[in-house]
Amino acid sequence: MKRFSIGKLTLPVYSFLAMAFMLIPIVYTIVFSFNNSKQRTNTQWQGFTLDKWLGVCNKPDVCSALGNSIFIGLVSTLIATILGTALAIGLVRYRFRARALVNLALFLPMATPEVVLGAGLAGLFFNAGVGAGMVTVVIAHVVFCLSFVVVTVKARVQTLDPVLEEAGRDLYANPTQVFWKITFPLLLPGIISAALLSFSLSFDDFIITYFNSGSVETFPKYIYVAAARGVPAEANVIASAVFIAAILIVLITQINGAVKRKRMLKK
Amino acid sequence: MAFAAFGSAPTTEHKGPTKTSKIVLALLMPGLVYLGLFFFTPLISLVITSLEVPDASGAIGAYQYGFAWENYVTVVTTYMPQILRSFMYAGIATIIALLVSYPLAYFIGVKLRSRPLVQRLMLVLVIAPFFISFLLRTIAWKQIFSDGGAIMQTVYSLGLMPTSQHFLGTDAAVIFGLTYNFIPFMTLPLFTTLERFDVRLLEAGSDLYASPAKVFRKITLPISMPGIISGTLLVFIPIAGDYVNAGQNFLGSSKTSMIGTIVDTEFLQTQNYPIASSLSVLLMAVIVALVSLYVRSSGTEDLL
Repeated sequence: MKRFSIGKLTLPVYSFLAMAFMLIPIVYTIVFSFNNSKQRTNTQWQGFTLDKWLGVCNKPDVCSALGNSIFIGLVSTLIATILGTALAIGLVRYRFRARALVNLALFLPMATPEVVLGAGLAGLFFNAGVGAGMVTVVIAHVVFCLSFVVVTVKARVQTLDPVLEEAGRDLYANPTQVFWKITFPLLLPGIISAALLSFSLSFDDFIITYFNSGSVETFPKYIYVAAARGVPAEANVIASAVFIAAILIVLITQINGAVKRKRMLKK
Repeated sequence: MAFAAFGSAPTTEHKGPTKTSKIVLALLMPGLVYLGLFFFTPLISLVITSLEVPDASGAIGAYQYGFAWENYVTVVTTYMPQILRSFMYAGIATIIALLVSYPLAYFIGVKLRSRPLVQRLMLVLVIAPFFISFLLRTIAWKQIFSDGGAIMQTVYSLGLMPTSQHFLGTDAAVIFGLTYNFIPFMTLPLFTTLERFDVRLLEAGSDLYASPAKVFRKITLPISMPGIISGTLLVFIPIAGDYVNAGQNFLGSSKTSMIGTIVDTEFLQTQNYPIASSLSVLLMAVIVALVSLYVRSSGTEDLL
């Protein structure tokens, strides 16, 4: 591989540029959260201000939409994580004949365009006479979060040595104790990743929510509707705050993981 | 981490004891019943609705079962441009996303192996867009490419485009936005595949006097195939069903409407449920065909 002397620089430089490109809209969104925009729209730069950050809830609609999105995200994540973790353990640990079918059943929701699932569920609720609202949104969100939870937790279960659980059983731990004292703590990093992924999917979902939420406002719905007349800087503030919080959580778990691994290697 | 979600996970299966089926059922049933109720039932309900006709009362939004295959004919003849456009956008955007992502995933997965911390940080940057509103990112591009923005002003002053023309609202703008929004879904599975790529194979190839191009074609590319396939599915499918980027308040115009745009209008505004459902069923049928092609070639184990 020593032959490529120009090639050696091309790839890093290209990768750097590609990453920079991916980050442009993020930087733009954060920068415009500090824009001193006087009108409803937030398109022209009008000077730096912290006012929008300090008074996000002066626009009450944005804050109540945010509250709804957080609530929906938490409830759907809780349900999807419980159902998905059980599925992941069942799929990895046990051999059974319908495995291929179960794999397919779990992949299909990921491979279904949002508009199809959104319209399908809305039709189902409509025919069943269930009014669209908080409950229907949560039901819908669990559907598309579930498969992503299974995939993420499954990867973790595969790295888990069953010998550890056997050791627990040999020491007369009952199945409940084995699960809570051995299996669960070992799976926890995977479960946390899955929950984070599930929450961010739910929090950012627009199409399925739009079809199934009725009059319930969510943060993406607020932005979509506002896009027609201009999105206020307060929306940028919320998105930026959520972004910074999420990145911090991810960085902490990543660095924490790296440190733990180093410590284990030293022992 | 989230990126484990997208690749085909390494299959180091433990040959666990085949335990009582009771436990398996207890673990799998709740989730599967949930999917049965709220994923498969809606799909069946869509198929049934797609065959309905307006009921006798003639009220808006009131339909009854009619076994009306004609709905599909109506949909295909009326919305052919939108159907073709959706798949064309999805095809072009998927190819561009693959070309952009491959070198990036190769760099992170192969070249950065010796620096695990940098590798982890790069991966965090790849998934960073997931943490900020998809709609706001798209609106950011809209403002960056607006006629008064720095980019278009430069283009106009250089005479690259007459001032009567705009970038926003064109096919190119929508494809740009779709590609941008779905690049991480391509990069992640490519990374998971390339991360496990044994680079000694490359040395072996060049030791046997294969040219770099031949090494790539005969070794690197075939090994990357699982990542390329799952990336393609994860990008092509959601794009074919997306209609936000193509929306008039985002990067598109009335000339860029897609299948999703029509389903949205027919379902939520005109309340023409049979037409909206037939269109959704058609879209789903194409997707199922694509997935089954994949399953036939690679099995179901690597799907998840």
